[in-house]
Amino acid sequence: MAKRLDISDLNIYYGDFLAVEGVSMAVEPRAVTAFIGPSGCGKSTVLRSLNRMHEVIPGAYIEGKIALDGEDLYGRDVDPVRVRRSIGMVFQRPNPFPTMSIHANVIAGMKLNNQRMSKAQADEVVETSLRGANLWSEVKDRLNKPGSSLSGGQQQRLCIARAIAVQPDVLLMDEPCSALDPISTLAIEDLIGKLKQDYTIVIVTHNMQQAARVSDQTAFFNLAGVGQPGKLIEMDATEKIFSNPNQKATEDYISGRFG
Amino acid sequence: MIFSGAAKGAGVLILAILAAVAIFLLVNAWPAISTPTDELSESVHWIKEGDSLLDYVGPLVFGTVLAALIALIIATPVAIAVALFISHYAPRKLAQIFGYVIDLLAAIPSVVYGLWGALWLMPQMFPVFEWLSEYLGFIPIFQGPAASPPRTILTAGIVLAVMILPIITAVSREVFLQTPTLHREAALALGATRWEMIRMAVLPFGRSGIISAAMLGLGRALGETMAVAMVLSPGFVYSFFILQAGQQQNIAANIALKFPESSGLGVNVLIFTGLVLFAITLLVNMIARWIVSRRAEFSGAN
Repeated sequence: MAKRLDISDLNIYYGDFLAVEGVSMAVEPRAVTAFIGPSGCGKSTVLRSLNRMHEVIPGAYIEGKIALDGEDLYGRDVDPVRVRRSIGMVFQRPNPFPTMSIHANVIAGMKLNNQRMSKAQADEVVETSLRGANLWSEVKDRLNKPGSSLSGGQQQRLCIARAIAVQPDVLLMDEPCSALDPISTLAIEDLIGKLKQDYTIVIVTHNMQQAARVSDQTAFFNLAGVGQPGKLIEMDATEKIFSNPNQKATEDYISGRFG
Repeated sequence: MIFSGAAKGAGVLILAILAAVAIFLLVNAWPAISTPTDELSESVHWIKEGDSLLDYVGPLVFGTVLAALIALIIATPVAIAVALFISHYAPRKLAQIFGYVIDLLAAIPSVVYGLWGALWLMPQMFPVFEWLSEYLGFIPIFQGPAASPPRTILTAGIVLAVMILPIITAVSREVFLQTPTLHREAALALGATRWEMIRMAVLPFGRSGIISAAMLGLGRALGETMAVAMVLSPGFVYSFFILQAGQQQNIAANIALKFPESSGLGVNVLIFTGLVLFAITLLVNMIARWIVSRRAEFSGAN
């Protein structure tokens, strides 16, 4: 659990289009790393390349290296399916499986990993994961209701429970609060603070206050113009980025001069 | 305003046509319904002595439903597999070509299917049926001897299956393609393989669509006339022997075969069988609706 990610000289292409160029960074374990930057700067693309989800789009590929505790995620005989089992992901809009109950949603990933699981084991995983996602007390009496019967914020926490049920090495979050109201957002942020004790967390956010509140490290991405590749401008401790960044572009973005 | 008027008008028109058809069938079937049993078999020579109207219709209903069910059982899995292949496995170009070909199957007239079934399929099926009756004959439905030529309900069911394949495939494919990216990515991000993703996200999402598609196919199979008339050697028994000839008949083919030589009360009897077919089709559609709505809470719509 909680492994580190090392990214070196990462280029990401969609067909002929170079979307992200020359990203190198280290993502520390048991910490929250935030990706910020204007729309289209490639922060979500980088995030999705970390568990090879960008490959879902036909023609997408990378150059460079991404290693999880030294193990190359893009090695020749590495199956993307296995990568995704150890690097979980939470999406922008809550996406519990609508046809499954809350209970079934939580163990969906477990069922993929090991086919046989006793009922007691399953119930235990469901309870721990839902407790871990601060959702247990709200749903414990209606575990057999469909996941889509919950509110947006609860659905997002259900998705987090589903992701941590398989005990991943890394948890990726792609703007997990952008579809939620402030109270639900607060609940998720509290949860992120709690989860970082056990997991390596990478979060993409449009909300700079959120990055400042939840993250330990912040990476700022930017692009020179439309059609230009996104680049990593600066990465440092969150405090440093938000008080005294090295780059002028970072300071301009943080202080709201553009973006 | 104009649009809502037109939409309302179209809706009312459909209901009116439906009611008109039902009334026509009922009015014309009435003489057959109201005639006493002993008179019926006297004036209509193809009704057995002493048989009532229901005794006559019963086996026909049975044959109709049996042929349609055989077709559905064969066609649905194939159609789902083809639809999944087109929507999730085939490269884009191949998928398009494949889709067109499947759609073309729907444009072939049913007489042509009948010819194909009678002239090409039957000789091919005979060895298969013989094998079935020899090795699986202990299962009652496969009991031999296999008819030669195999003008049996299984042959008719296979022809019907090919006929309803395109509609089931086309509807399922559309539904599968509409699976929200959100749900597909949810499955993939958990580490699902493509097949697991299909089982977790695509099939549950498409479930009600698959049922609707199958019911559309069932509707077509229930009402099919020419292909069945050309392939099946008719019989009027409640019989599950699908490898033997002269056992069953379906309503539509029966009407087509008997109509030219019928007059007077005979026509009324045939129209009564048509009324029964109408009722069955209506019932099938209502059951389909009910199945779809039963799990609406778990569907992708909310």
